[in-house]
Amino acid sequence: MSEVDFECAECTNPVEPFLRSERMPHIWCPGCGIGTTVNCFTRALIDSKANLEKLVVVSGIGCTGRVAGYLKLDSFHTTHGRAIPFATGLKLANPKLTVVVYAGDGDLSAIGGNHLIHAARRNIDLKVICVNNLIYGMTGGQTAPTTPEHATTSTNPYGTFEPGFNLPHLVDAAGAVYVARWTTFHVRQVARSMQEAFKKKGFSFIEIISPCPTLYQRRNKMGDGLDAMKYYKQASKVKNGAPTGEVGLTKTGEIAVGKFVDRDRPDYRELMVHRFHESLGDEYVETGELVCS
Amino acid sequence: MKADPAGVLTGVHFLDGDHACCEGALAAGACFAAGYPITPSTEVVERFAARIPKVGGTFIQMEDELASSIAIQGAVWGGAKAFTVTSGPGFSLMMEHIGYAVMTETPCVFVNVQRGGPSTGLPTLPAQSDMMQARWGSHGDYEVIALCPNSPQECFDLTITAFNLSEKYRVPVMFMMDECVGHMTEKVIIPPAEQIEIEPRRKTHKPHDAYKPYECNGDGSLVPEMAHAGEGYKFHVTGLTHDERGYPAMTVAAQQKLVGRLRDKISKAADDLLLVEQDNTADADVVVVTYGITSRVAQRGIDSARAKGLKVGKLRLKIVWPFPDQLIKKLSQRAKAFVVPELNLGQISREVERAAGGVKTVCVPHAGGGVHRPEDILKAIQEASR
Ligand code: SF4
Repeated sequence: MSEVDFECAECTNPVEPFLRSERMPHIWCPGCGIGTTVNCFTRALIDSKANLEKLVVVSGIGCTGRVAGYLKLDSFHTTHGRAIPFATGLKLANPKLTVVVYAGDGDLSAIGGNHLIHAARRNIDLKVICVNNLIYGMTGGQTAPTTPEHATTSTNPYGTFEPGFNLPHLVDAAGAVYVARWTTFHVRQVARSMQEAFKKKGFSFIEIISPCPTLYQRRNKMGDGLDAMKYYKQASKVKNGAPTGEVGLTKTGEIAVGKFVDRDRPDYRELMVHRFHESLGDEYVETGELVCS
Repeated sequence: MKADPAGVLTGVHFLDGDHACCEGALAAGACFAAGYPITPSTEVVERFAARIPKVGGTFIQMEDELASSIAIQGAVWGGAKAFTVTSGPGFSLMMEHIGYAVMTETPCVFVNVQRGGPSTGLPTLPAQSDMMQARWGSHGDYEVIALCPNSPQECFDLTITAFNLSEKYRVPVMFMMDECVGHMTEKVIIPPAEQIEIEPRRKTHKPHDAYKPYECNGDGSLVPEMAHAGEGYKFHVTGLTHDERGYPAMTVAAQQKLVGRLRDKISKAADDLLLVEQDNTADADVVVVTYGITSRVAQRGIDSARAKGLKVGKLRLKIVWPFPDQLIKKLSQRAKAFVVPELNLGQISREVERAAGGVKTVCVPHAGGGVHRPEDILKAIQEASR
C-alpha cells in the first residue's frame, strides 16, 4: 500500500506529498515548463491511484534529469543518455515495478538515441516522459537534435540549418505501442496521457513540448513562459491518430498534439517467456523478481 | 552463506576460461547479465544465454557496451546480482559506468577478456594492456578491485570471489582475463554448492523513515547498507556528489567526505584484499612479480633459473587492484631485484617499482599478440640477479 497521504492536511499544495520538500527550492528557472510536467505527473499519480512503492523514476542528465531527485519515490539520476538502458535492467530484474523514464530531448534523442530506438523496438515496458524544450538547457542553450531549423542557439549563433528530429515519428517507426504529444499548456491532457501510459503494457512515449524561457525563448525572441503558453494555445492542433510522419515541428508553425499511436503487441518479457516455454518446455525456470540472496 | 545449488554445475569439467567464468558467475548467484558481442569474450555470455533460462534469470543482448554496463546496474538496484562481459574496445565504452557504479556504490562485475590494443588492435590475440585502464579508466579519483585469473579453474573460482568482493565492498569489480586464459581448455572442478561461500548483499533492515542510503552504520564499516527499488524506502541514487541521504551536495566538504570514503573503504581494507600466490619469496634474491597468463610462462623461466642455482621467488597477483604495496615493500627488504614480465609495455611493473622503494625493478615488456618466450624471462632474471 502506498504511504502517501493523498489528503495530507498540512500540505498547502496537492503536489507536496510527492515531493522531497527538503530539497526545495528546485533549480528550474522561472517560467520553465519542467515543473508543470511534474505537476501533471503527480496529478496522474493521484488519479491513477498508482502504488507508489512500486513506481520508480529514472532520469538521465540535464534540466529534466533533475526531476528524479525531487520526487518522493525510488528514483535514479543516472548518466547522460542512459536512463533507458538503466531502466531496462531495472524492469527486467523486477517486472512488478512500474518504471518511468523522465528525461529531456537531448538526453533521450542525441546521446541516448540508440537506446531509445532499441527499447522501443524491443517493446520494453517503460513509460518514457520526454520533456522537449528544443534545446540543451543545463549546459547553456546549445543546439539539440530537436531544435527546429532556423532557431538561434549558442552553438548555432547564425541559426540552425540541420533538420530537427520528429520524435513521435522516430519512436513510432521503432515500435512504441503508445505515442502522444502535448505541450505544457495541455496540463489535463498530459496527466491523462500519463495515466494511459501507466496502464499500457509496453514502450510508451509521451513528448511534452515545454518552454525554456532562459535560453530558447530569449535567444529566439519568443518572449517568456507566458508567451510560450500563448503560442502553444494558438498553434496547437489536436490530431489524434495523425500519421506521425506528418507531425514534425517547425520554429513558429503548427504544433500537432494528441495521441498518435495506441496499439498492442507483446512486450519484451512476454516474448522472452513465451520463447523459452516453447523452446525449453519443462526445463525453463520462469522467474518473477530476480531477488538475490 | 552457501551458494544456491540452482546455478552450481557441480562436477569435473573440461572447460575453457570463458565458459568457466560464466559458471563462476552462475555459482556466485548472478541472475542477470547484459552484454554486447566482442571477441574474445563473447563465449562467456553465450554460455550464460544458454544456461540462465534453465537456472532462473535473464540475459539481454544490448545495443552497445554503454547500455550493457548500465543495464546491469539497473538490474542490481532491482534486486539482481549482475555482470557484463567485454574486451578492450567495449571496456573503453564502459568506463562511464564503472564511474557510476563507484559513485553510486552499485555492486557489479565487469569481465574484460583482454586482447591487444590500442583501438581495435588484435581482436583474437592476448594482451594485458588494460590493467591501468581497469584502475584509472573512468574520470575522477576512485578505488576499484581487479582480479587476474591464470587458468580456467581460476576463472571459475575467482569469478565467485569477484562477485563476493563487489557485494562486500559495494564496488564494481574488474575481472581481468586475457585471450589465452579465456580460450584455453583445462580441467575445472566445480564443487558442491554447500562448499561455495557466497557474500550476501548488504541489505538494510532499517525502518523506512530511518534509512539513509549513504549513511554508514556506525559499526566501523565504511560500506553503507543497500535497499532495492520497490521496497518502500523511496530512496534517491545519483552520480552527482551526494550526502548521506543520497541528495546532491555541491560543496567541497561533501566531495571530500564522499570521495574520501569511497577511497578508504577499499584502501583501508588492504589486508582483506590481499590475494597472492607466493613461492620461495622469503629468501629470494630476485622476485618475479607476475599475473594472468604471463605467470604460467614465467614459471618456466623461474624453474630454469632455479635449476641454474639462482634464488628466485615468485609472487603471483590474483588481486591486482588494490595493489599489494605492503607486501612488495616487505619483500624489497630482502630481495635485490624484482622482475615483472607482462603483456604490455610496462604497467604493473611501475607499481612494483613505486612500492619497492628503490630496489631494482626490471620490466619484461611484450606488446601483446602472443606470450613471452620463457628464455626472455630467464634472461631478465639472470641480469637482475647480477
Ligand atoms: S535552462 Fe531552460 S530548461 Fe533549464 S531550467 Fe531554465 S528554463 Fe528550464
